[in-house]
Amino acid sequence: MAPILSIRNLTKKFGGLTAVGDVSFDVPEGSIVGLIGPNGAGKTTIFNLITGVYKPTSGAIEFRGKSILGLEPYRIADMGITRTFQNIRLFKNLTVFENVLTACHMNASYSFAEAILRLPRFRTQEKALVAKAENLLEIMGLMGYRDLVANNLPYGLQRRLEIVRALALNPVLLLLDEPAAGMNPDETEQLMRLIGCIRNDFSLSVLVIEHHMDLIMGVCEHIVVLNFGEKIAEGIADEVSRSPQVIEAYLGTSLEAADA
Amino acid sequence: MLAGINMIAVLGLSLLTGFTGLFSFGHAGFMAIGAYVGAWISASPASTPAGLGLPFILAIVGGGAAAGIVSYFIGRISLNLKGDYFCIATLGFGEAIRLIFNNVNRFGGARGWPGVPGRSTFLVILIADVIAILFLANLVKSRHGRNMIAVREEELAAQIAGINVFRYKMISLIISAVYAGVAGVFFAHYMTFIQPKMFSLTKSTELTIIVIFGGLGSISGSVLGALVLTALPELLRAFEIWRLVFYGAAVILIMVSRPKGLMGGMELTPSGIRKALAERNALREAKTKLLADAQSGEED
Repeated sequence: MAPILSIRNLTKKFGGLTAVGDVSFDVPEGSIVGLIGPNGAGKTTIFNLITGVYKPTSGAIEFRGKSILGLEPYRIADMGITRTFQNIRLFKNLTVFENVLTACHMNASYSFAEAILRLPRFRTQEKALVAKAENLLEIMGLMGYRDLVANNLPYGLQRRLEIVRALALNPVLLLLDEPAAGMNPDETEQLMRLIGCIRNDFSLSVLVIEHHMDLIMGVCEHIVVLNFGEKIAEGIADEVSRSPQVIEAYLGTSLEAADA
Repeated sequence: MLAGINMIAVLGLSLLTGFTGLFSFGHAGFMAIGAYVGAWISASPASTPAGLGLPFILAIVGGGAAAGIVSYFIGRISLNLKGDYFCIATLGFGEAIRLIFNNVNRFGGARGWPGVPGRSTFLVILIADVIAILFLANLVKSRHGRNMIAVREEELAAQIAGINVFRYKMISLIISAVYAGVAGVFFAHYMTFIQPKMFSLTKSTELTIIVIFGGLGSISGSVLGALVLTALPELLRAFEIWRLVFYGAAVILIMVSRPKGLMGGMELTPSGIRKALAERNALREAKTKLLADAQSGEED
């Protein structure tokens, strides 16, 4: 299948530090790709580069065959790439419903004048937005918390709400940054199923950063491993988990190997 | 009267500070631009040589537009600044405008400019207030208003959600400047005499205090705040030199007892009250649900 996202020789330097060095990989259309690596390996930096938060030092990022280098983050979101954050970034003082409703804005096209004068187009589109937001909450099982202020939501559900908010933008490619961080095994298991469902129901591709190996191994069709900003392995779960470089990156060199 | 005039400027600032999250200490500058441009358009050339003698409605439009245009250029250079730095930039802008008018002798310079026609009647201001409130309320409840709130809440997340943060900040600044400009026009035509000193930093701070006092992110809060805080110094006139002390004490008292301001993000409308109640209920339900979950977890 044609890649929906292809990253070529991507490099990002912060002063003398190379956070991401010459990384290349593809996200095939409709797949779930895992991005793993020890802390500080440059995973989140890659997300920031893809979404335009940082500008790469060199390299190319192509989305559906078109370069998205140098575009503003909101333009990239317009094209259909959206993400969640490692440290949750919800609109904290808004309710669950308002969080999703705000993100639905791309489905409406009424202008300022139409909003201020409450013209018919404003009213019909606004009704559609409310319906879409409520529908999303329903599907994702958050309808029971519709009017709760996001800040008061239990932690696991805040993560889920962030995913719902991302889905409200009709993404083609969803980037999840440690969606299972801070979750118990039960919640992680649920999340794993959720990611699979989302991919199928919303027909999108997913790139996920995660430290929970069960989740990565269970749900990803393809895994990319980074260490110190460089790609050290890539392949299906089994290949990756047997790769000597990966084992070394996570567990260090064994004594015998060091002696040899 | 003065409360109604202040209210327009406060509503504009409320959009910028309360809904978009940008603090400004330069809105008296926009008021000054509106006041001077408005006075220039409407003053009769017979009594003041600088006047054009055109109808009042043109003065309102012209004063608002002038403030809006200036704010666009200010925004272009300063809106990329983060948080406090933007605030300082607006402070500098407000003072600069005051000093410019201080030195324009055509408009009377620092001595002030008498002879502005007294066209700001109670009825005109009342109508303007109603329109200003309706416009703002409709805007805030639309996707555009929600996008501004998103910028206030979490700028990075707003970007990622496809919101052009810079554009919405700019629009918010322009609308708030137009409001301040229009308020300036009414102010000039109410006082019939304007002087740069009237638009000093104290005026800007007063507007910001009213917005915060009323509650950030609440239109009804801004309306109430403008009414209470403009009237208060007048009501306290009996205390003479002590009145500003009482004024300060009253502001402190409210802020201590209600840190989120008088209204604290709530709206005093049927739908606003319904929403606040729904939020409260949702919180109670969520608490009981979590508690029940925790207990059933212990039993397992």
